[in-house]
Amino acid sequence: MGDEVILLGYWPSQYGMRARIAVEEKGIQYEYKEEDAFNYNKSPLLLEMNPVHKKTPVLVHNGKPICESLIVIEYIDEVWNHKSPLLPSDPYDRAQARFWADFVHRKVYDAAKRIWTTKGEEREGEKNEFIECMKLLEQQLGEKPYFGGDSLGFVDVAFVPFYSWFQVYEKFGNFNMEAECPNIIAWAKRCLQKQSVANTLPDQHKVYDLAIWIRKKLGIE
Amino acid sequence: MASNQQVKLLGVKGSPFVARAEIALKLKGVQYEFIHESLSNKSDLLLKNNPVHKKVPVLLHNDKPVCESLVIVEYIDEAWTGSTILPSDPYHRAQARFWSKFVDDKVFPAVFKAATNPNEKEREQGGEELRESLKILENELKGKFFNGDSIGLVDIAALFIAFWLPIIQEAVGLDLYNSEKYPKLDKWGQEIMNHHVVKEVLPDRDPLLAFFKGRFRSNTPSK
Repeated sequence: MGDEVILLGYWPSQYGMRARIAVEEKGIQYEYKEEDAFNYNKSPLLLEMNPVHKKTPVLVHNGKPICESLIVIEYIDEVWNHKSPLLPSDPYDRAQARFWADFVHRKVYDAAKRIWTTKGEEREGEKNEFIECMKLLEQQLGEKPYFGGDSLGFVDVAFVPFYSWFQVYEKFGNFNMEAECPNIIAWAKRCLQKQSVANTLPDQHKVYDLAIWIRKKLGIE
Repeated sequence: MASNQQVKLLGVKGSPFVARAEIALKLKGVQYEFIHESLSNKSDLLLKNNPVHKKVPVLLHNDKPVCESLVIVEYIDEAWTGSTILPSDPYHRAQARFWSKFVDDKVFPAVFKAATNPNEKEREQGGEELRESLKILENELKGKFFNGDSIGLVDIAALFIAFWLPIIQEAVGLDLYNSEKYPKLDKWGQEIMNHHVVKEVLPDRDPLLAFFKGRFRSNTPSK
């Protein structure tokens, strides 16, 4: 096809992981460029391609940038529409997929982040909020193997990157994901059977070490 | 695709988010019933159909709910034929989604921070953030509308700036957004508020001003 596809990412970022999983699911030939995001060492390419937010992920397709992880997934799904559809074809089902991806993106992300960046009572509250979100998602998953049904879909790709951060949430939140929401763990492990997910998600210990380091740097303790 | 179907919109008439859904429905020529909700006394219908967020707007299409304003607008665009709200080209669609998200993620929070935060420093910070976001949008606007010659997703999302922001500013005594600093946005604002569909949907200004005055603290004017 003669497409040039570059993905700018940052290895522990759930947002970047989403874009990477989508690209891999579609079997797209791409070049991955790692950004040194936490040290604010942003590459000229990143600053040129995402001048508004200066954040990863950025998908650069034939020189044209697409930013914001969920938007990147939809773009990939629309352009490379010959295999592995990530969004359903029915408008109502698509609306549901977008709703739940947005839920993961905002509610789950915010609560999760605050588990390891706050302390005391505030942290306890965020942990409980996070667990509630997990239970809602378990309900939504139901008996299906994936949120997308029989194959990985938009919500799966949006949510599964959180798995790499579960150890961080568990250790700082002092709870056990398997005990609280076993179906989510089972679903995540199922997703990890997929090459695209296994190739993308970093090891939980590596992410945990990074979280400790970030907390020290930010003076949270 | 979807004719003679039952369409209801749960909403409140002052909400910029509800307005998005109404505009989309009217652009497509969809007949719908507007069900007025009370945010202080939410109906069983609302709670049942949006148990996760318990918010308006909620679109009920043959009793099946769609929630979240931008999700609703995209749904309306896909479920009914007629004038398109999102472009057909994937790259332009991605851009439209990007800028709509920008309005929600950057503009709204900045306005509310600048207008309502009890801490003065935070309000100033909010003002700065708003100025930055508006400048970015001012630069982004290339034609009559963000969507070109006709209104699209971004215009619908950004209508908040044209109609609600000036009212909020008046209510709390701010002047961050005006025609001098943002001439293109101001012109766009006039155009979109004059659009025949938008005109039908916009609520009355005075009750909304009174509402914001009542809800938000008054601040000393800042530039």
